[in-house]
Amino acid sequence: MPEVLLEASNIGKRFGGVQALKDVSLTIRSGEIYGLIGPNGAGKTTLFNVFTGLYPRDSGEVHFASAPLNLASPHEVAAAGIARTFQNIRLFGNMTALENVMVGRHVRTRAGVLGAILRTRAERAEEAGIRRRAEELLHYVGIAGHAGDLARQLSYGDQRRLEIARALATDPKLLALDEPAAGMNATETAALRRLIEGLRQDGLTVLLIEHDVKLVLGLCDRVAVLDYGEKIAEDVPEVVRADPKVIEAYLGKSAA
Amino acid sequence: MKTSRERIGLALVAIALIALPFVLAAAGTAWVRITNFAVLFVLLSLGLNIVVGFAGLLDLGYVAFFAVGAYVYALLASPHFGLHLPFWLILPIGATVACIAGVMLGAPTLRLRGDYLAIVTLGFGEIVRIFMNNLSAPINLTNGPKGINRIDPFQIGALNFSASDTIGGLVFSGPIKYYYFLLLVLLAVIVINRRLQDSRIGRAWVAIREDEIAAKASGINTRNIKLLAFAMGASFGGVAGGMFAAIQGFVSPESFVLNESIMVLAMVVLGGMGNIWGVIAGALLLSFVPELLRYTVEPAQRALFGKLLVDPEVLRMLVFGLALVLTMRFRPAGLWPETRHRREMDENRA
Repeated sequence: MPEVLLEASNIGKRFGGVQALKDVSLTIRSGEIYGLIGPNGAGKTTLFNVFTGLYPRDSGEVHFASAPLNLASPHEVAAAGIARTFQNIRLFGNMTALENVMVGRHVRTRAGVLGAILRTRAERAEEAGIRRRAEELLHYVGIAGHAGDLARQLSYGDQRRLEIARALATDPKLLALDEPAAGMNATETAALRRLIEGLRQDGLTVLLIEHDVKLVLGLCDRVAVLDYGEKIAEDVPEVVRADPKVIEAYLGKSAA
Repeated sequence: MKTSRERIGLALVAIALIALPFVLAAAGTAWVRITNFAVLFVLLSLGLNIVVGFAGLLDLGYVAFFAVGAYVYALLASPHFGLHLPFWLILPIGATVACIAGVMLGAPTLRLRGDYLAIVTLGFGEIVRIFMNNLSAPINLTNGPKGINRIDPFQIGALNFSASDTIGGLVFSGPIKYYYFLLLVLLAVIVINRRLQDSRIGRAWVAIREDEIAAKASGINTRNIKLLAFAMGASFGGVAGGMFAAIQGFVSPESFVLNESIMVLAMVVLGGMGNIWGVIAGALLLSFVPELLRYTVEPAQRALFGKLLVDPEVLRMLVFGLALVLTMRFRPAGLWPETRHRREMDENRA
């Protein structure tokens, strides 16, 4: 069995009277594509935001790469090796595509004010490296031709790709994608699927939230199902698909 | 590499800037002084541009840092405490103290954005001014509303910036010497700004301006990077304040009212937030146009009507307001916007 990359235990999160997450535990193994599905409002994105430090959690622990993960600050989560995209794309709209990806390199580089003002040899070398890596990543996700365009001017599908490139620029061990196929047409979804499969081949671990159940079941190695903030199933897609609790959550009691 | 045409252009600009004070001096030393104050405002605008233009943090109390720099200079180089430190020592001290003030303002406001941040910074600016106004008792630190007098001018060896020297038939008056000094500082500040803009730090500032949550998730320590923006902007304000105190020879809390913060902000916005050249243009425009009006409106009215109908000071604010309204109507991103901004505006128009 491959080693465990992320282990979350008993994550709880409450918004006022709503228990958004209740004792959610899950393990993501190195190199797999781990799917997270569930009906609307099941708590998928909340869990995502807890993992990436954007929401404070009420209870539970997360271990990442065999070390406890400090969930208090998002930039430390990024530094530890978790990168994410957003359900409603969040790019730096008035920066070029290339600059967006270059921002992603921030956490892996160190030049400070003094280095920038004096243009030291180290700073110039680092800048060149940042640019080179950003160009590579734009090429990797297939939008190298748009490097100089403003992020906001890109097509919807390209914006999704750019967000993935920016996340990859942080050299993540785990890439968390929040509904990457939302709003995409069939061609774009197929292209996205190829991209994610390529990521797995390159050794990246992927956490995927998706509404498109067909995409998730076809792509993922293992899938967890959330319903009303609780994990009701976690297994390989074939088993999850047949699980009566999952069918009930999606289609209602009589269907099960 | 620069083309030879650009080189010639740069050389011409340099010659023009070097010759400028003598041309102005022919029209009256007052114009050299006006130019010096305009350059001071350019420095302030470039400092504020880091905070507002790059990092997108709306700061309405920027003049506080100018005040801190000015008072540091005044206290360390005047008979008030009997201290007479050299200017090259005081300017870095002033920048450091202003930098600390910047962090003091930044730290409690990290979670605020937009309107809320604007209100807190506005309050901060006023607090600093009121402190200057009242710190005359029990220990007389700032001499209160009377201000501090007889501040030392710059002195490099035997070269005194308040006296005139004649070298090779050219008269170097005090303001002309300050002009050259300011020009050097301005050059340094422009280089620093440009280099910061194209750096890892500059990108992080813009990223925070564009989307703070995405910036955080991309691994930017937004707390530190925002504090850095406040600190850098404040340092520039502190240096400008020190030079202001020396040039003026006198500081009082009156020079650091809210109006000044708004004026500097207007220069940044009018010129084009985020673009260094736009900000410089905005600052020069808003510095010179009122002075030009002052010198032309009164004689023109007397020549036309034989008496003064509209006070130039009134007209100044009127023209100022009109300029802002027209800019916002026809060039909402400023006269000379940041390239990224301009493209966005064009797209909206098309």
